[in-house]
Amino acid sequence: MAKIKVDGTEIEVRDDMTILQACEEAGREIPRFCYHDRLSIAGNCRMCLVDVEGSPKPVASCAMPVNEGMSIHTNTQKVKKAREGVMEFLLINHPLDCPVCDQGGECDLQDQTVAYGSGKSRFDLNKRSVEEKYMGPLIKTYMTRCIHCTRCIRFSEEVAGVEEIGAVNRGENMEITTYLEKSIDSEMSANVIDLCPVGALTSKPYQFEARPWELKKTETIDVMDAVGSNIRVDTYGWKVKRILPRLNEDINEEWISDKSRYACDGLLNQRLDTPYVRHDGNLNATDWNDALNECLSFMKNHKPDEIAFLVGDFIDLETSYLIKQLSESLNIKKIECRQEGVRLPYSDRSQYLFNSTINGIEESDCILIIGSNVREEAPIINTRIRKHLLNKNIPIGLIGEKFDLTFDYEHLGNDLNILKSISDGENNFCKILDKAKKPMIIIGQSVLSRDDSLNAYSLIEDIVHQYSFLDSSWNGVNTLQLSASRIGALDMGCYQSSRSLKDIYADAENGSLKLLFSFGADEIDYSKFQNTKIIYMGSHGDRGASNSDLILPSAAYTEKDAIYINTEGRLQYAYQASFPPSEAKTDWKIINQISEMLNLNWGFVTLDDVRKKIKNQYPDLFNQVSADRPYKRLLANKASKISFDNKEIGSMIKDFYLTDSISRLSKTMAECSQIRKELRNGKAI
Amino acid sequence: MTETFSFNAESLDKVKFELSKYPEDRKQSSVMSLLDIAQRQNGGWLSKSAIEHVASHLEMPYIKVYEIVTFYSMYYTTPVGKYFVQVCTTTPCWLKGSDEVVKACKEIISEKQNELSNDGLFSWMEVECLGACVNAPLVQINDDFYEDLNYENTKNVLQSFIDGNLSPIGSQIGRKGSRAEEYVKS
Ligand code: SF4
Ligand code: FES
Ligand code: FES
Repeated sequence: MAKIKVDGTEIEVRDDMTILQACEEAGREIPRFCYHDRLSIAGNCRMCLVDVEGSPKPVASCAMPVNEGMSIHTNTQKVKKAREGVMEFLLINHPLDCPVCDQGGECDLQDQTVAYGSGKSRFDLNKRSVEEKYMGPLIKTYMTRCIHCTRCIRFSEEVAGVEEIGAVNRGENMEITTYLEKSIDSEMSANVIDLCPVGALTSKPYQFEARPWELKKTETIDVMDAVGSNIRVDTYGWKVKRILPRLNEDINEEWISDKSRYACDGLLNQRLDTPYVRHDGNLNATDWNDALNECLSFMKNHKPDEIAFLVGDFIDLETSYLIKQLSESLNIKKIECRQEGVRLPYSDRSQYLFNSTINGIEESDCILIIGSNVREEAPIINTRIRKHLLNKNIPIGLIGEKFDLTFDYEHLGNDLNILKSISDGENNFCKILDKAKKPMIIIGQSVLSRDDSLNAYSLIEDIVHQYSFLDSSWNGVNTLQLSASRIGALDMGCYQSSRSLKDIYADAENGSLKLLFSFGADEIDYSKFQNTKIIYMGSHGDRGASNSDLILPSAAYTEKDAIYINTEGRLQYAYQASFPPSEAKTDWKIINQISEMLNLNWGFVTLDDVRKKIKNQYPDLFNQVSADRPYKRLLANKASKISFDNKEIGSMIKDFYLTDSISRLSKTMAECSQIRKELRNGKAI
Repeated sequence: MTETFSFNAESLDKVKFELSKYPEDRKQSSVMSLLDIAQRQNGGWLSKSAIEHVASHLEMPYIKVYEIVTFYSMYYTTPVGKYFVQVCTTTPCWLKGSDEVVKACKEIISEKQNELSNDGLFSWMEVECLGACVNAPLVQINDDFYEDLNYENTKNVLQSFIDGNLSPIGSQIGRKGSRAEEYVKS
């Protein structure tokens, strides 16, 4: 610790802090452009100048560590003058185009000019101008506005792990660009838009759409993957105009993936806004009364074991709960949420959670990934692993298909039999595991959805119990889920033990399944259900809806209050930002209404009633998550004599940008997917 | 245009020598030397594929190498003549008549800088101080300095490249090193 003085007040700070951080600790605001907490220090904008006693010149506080006994002044005349000078220089080449700039109203340069600028310029020569650069379908550039803070370069290098942005030429002619103006090949690329302190990098899809002050801002939860990133949804009337990340140190820090940010234009396309029922092969619009009656008669016409319930990827906790209630009331046993086809007979939460937690990644000293392209399955988790790796060079091994994860790892091979050799202590990686005190294993759905997943899982459990994956303060066993609904639905019991989606397919094909009630399940193979009646409840006219006989339109994730549980088991509240279009209704209400028509007497009037019930029944779900949760062994027997003929592990995600009904209907995502294909087919960098 | 570049045997020898100066995990440090070797092999300038070749050789991202290429004025990203004439026009040279030198270049090579002459033999450009102001004005042609120029002897020097009968490098008025000019006359 170091004792220093900030504007005369004494304060004690950690001695690895910079002056800027220390000043913040003391409650002083230091203006800055290039400094960012999550990026390396560049010290090139000079906006953070402060006065340090004994130093003849003002000091760039972001780049200078504190020293015992330092006395710092942040509000002297000298500092004020220095800041004015820096601002004047920064503005020399900055255009005065705020009225037509998308950053207007949320621009650091604007704000700091008002607060610290001198209000006049002595520069009367020509300003320089820089040509626009192409950076892909998401990032709009207007490079004349760039102040060369290099945040975007540092982000792409350090956080996104794709070294594609750089500064070419020098001095006056310096320009920020990607190599030969290629599109940035990263799932996290659009975060540079938030980082750019000026309007040089702005959002292309949101270009000239709205001004920040006319938007309604709702803080909610993202559902594009199972991470549950915290987001802010900005709406103008009904329309979701844009989605921005919200700070949550435990999950997404301050980043979100490009899909979380830009799939939102899919919310405007192909919405189911009224119930439909199929007559003579055609889907006809109808009203709710008719639709629900039809729904009841479908259900009454079939015996419980002829009916299956499928829970889709965007279903919130409350709806999962009600679906489960409905199935129990009607004695329907075939209920499944694992659209990937997982068949493990889960008996405890710890068997399907990301137990170490996302924060826990930074404590771990060795990671073994099995069959997961973490970069595409959960970009935020991948980013966190990368961050940890930059701080501490820990060993990472991957079994399965080889992916570019943006960091170095040891590829142990695409062969499930390696699990066997690790469990027998014959693999070289065992030596690394031996040494590890807090190893993590990350199990991807591509392993769990295999037909021989029980064998694979029993090997995994063997390995886990042989090394220090589990102790009283650490749970290193992690299943990486792919969808926002999954944990909630599993917690509510929306799965069959020892059966899987594939058994439901088989039932449908042999004719024993007569009715499928699909609650937003769009990732399944509907061609298996040709002789099955299908009721679809969902928000978008995607695979499910087009194959169904009855459509019940429901709300999308931005249009309802709901609870989602992320892959770590963290329960989070999402809030309504917009409202369901036209006739569409909130999911829980539809099911509640069905229950009323069936006289089930649940007695739910408001969403809060449902939540209270859930809380009574499952109080544990509402606990804080931490990495010391105990793991309960799923398979009792030790694995013996297992070998895999079909030994290769595939990949779950075929196209990162098109993974669900919303992103498949998003124009922006389609464009991204197209461009990625071209990039990958062309020359690989 | 799909030109490809890769180091030839002679360059590879030089590359190996450069690489040997740095530890294996710091081989990126030799990027500037490698770019120079590539530029020489490629006829005085760095094409896209030359830049990418160097980047791959050192396992560096393309953009990082491209940044270096554009930062330093000693690398060129457009074709230059076989004889690349850099005319110093900084104050001392200018005072001693570099305008005349430029005029000669314009006449013999091309009206504008950075343009290949019709026969592709030359290109010229203005540069800042070459550090030999004592013998101003001067030009650098490829690796050599031609000093004490005026309109006439600049033309002679350039002509000598066309004729293949090269003028001696160094002072064009016969002085040794940078001795005072009186010496030359006596
Ligand atoms: S584009 Fe924006 S973030 Fe990048 S250097 Fe310029 S001002 Fe900084
Ligand atoms: S914030 Fe300190 S120099 Fe930019
Ligand atoms: S000014 Fe021409 S060499 Fe110095």
